[in-house]
Amino acid sequence: MIAQELYDLLKTTFSDGILEAKLDGVIDPWVSVAPDRILDVARFLRDDERTQFDLLTLLSGVDMTKGTLAAVYHLYSMKRNHKIVLKTFVPETHPHVQSVASIWRTADWQEREAFDMYGMIFDGHPDLRRILMPDDWDGHPLRKDYQVPEFYNGMKVPY
Amino acid sequence: MGLLNQRFENGNVLLTSVDDVLAWGRLSSLWAMQFGLACCAIEMMATGASHYDLDRFGTFFRSSPRQADVMIVAGTVTLKMASRIKTLYDQMAEPRYVLSMGSCANCGGPYWEHGYHVLKGVDRVIPVDVYVPGCPPRPEALMEGLLKLKEKIRKERLILKQTA
Ligand code: SF4
Repeated sequence: MIAQELYDLLKTTFSDGILEAKLDGVIDPWVSVAPDRILDVARFLRDDERTQFDLLTLLSGVDMTKGTLAAVYHLYSMKRNHKIVLKTFVPETHPHVQSVASIWRTADWQEREAFDMYGMIFDGHPDLRRILMPDDWDGHPLRKDYQVPEFYNGMKVPY
Repeated sequence: MGLLNQRFENGNVLLTSVDDVLAWGRLSSLWAMQFGLACCAIEMMATGASHYDLDRFGTFFRSSPRQADVMIVAGTVTLKMASRIKTLYDQMAEPRYVLSMGSCANCGGPYWEHGYHVLKGVDRVIPVDVYVPGCPPRPEALMEGLLKLKEKIRKERLILKQTA
């Protein structure tokens, strides 16, 4: 399926769960999904006979600036040989997204990374802890407004 | 012993000081602690492997800090790792030495400005004897660093305390 067909299929199936899309003029066409519908959309895309997205190649967090965070899902189907990108946008003040770790196991650690670096909360994640930074670290370092602390456990951090 | 053959015609005796013998013994078998942190560790492994053969200097890797004389800090010291390095250093028996290998361990390297997670120099948590510059240093540079450390040990006096 090409991106336009995938988008039409999603739009007819989920109507208001699908917010916007950019299908032309980009390398990876993307569809933006409401953060509280992403689990349904993911399950549909994996299980439906026409889509069969069996592989989540990448899940990343993004700081869109102006108080918005995003989770980006790069999906690929080994069986159908097609791909699509999903995005969910959430406000920094309420960064809750449904976890898709129950759909693709590989999402487990990648969601933990997005939590660690951007502070996104993945509801329903089996074990949402930091994965890279120390457990007692303050803040989420890849946020654009992040300030490096002067000291960490008595060690000076800046050069 | 080819070097020493036919040099001691007047009997089987060599005159030296206890300190010299001790220093010679210690510097000739500098056991290094077996751990690596980042890309520099790859170069350290190459130095230990057959082509550069660190063994011929009496240096090979031990997996326990209790058996190690020198800690080669090869790579990026993250803040998360820094406390572990301190613990490992404390576990080494004295006299112990630290060789900081590469820009990262020396001063933060490429992470000096934006590395929120990197300790800007391992000398902020443990004392360093020799700094080897480079990103990464070539095996020759690491060997040079070890030879420099040997020079330092050769001058140390354990029995005869230096008088000022
Ligand atoms: S100094 Fe360079 S080669 Fe060595 S660990 Fe740092 S980045 Fe890697």
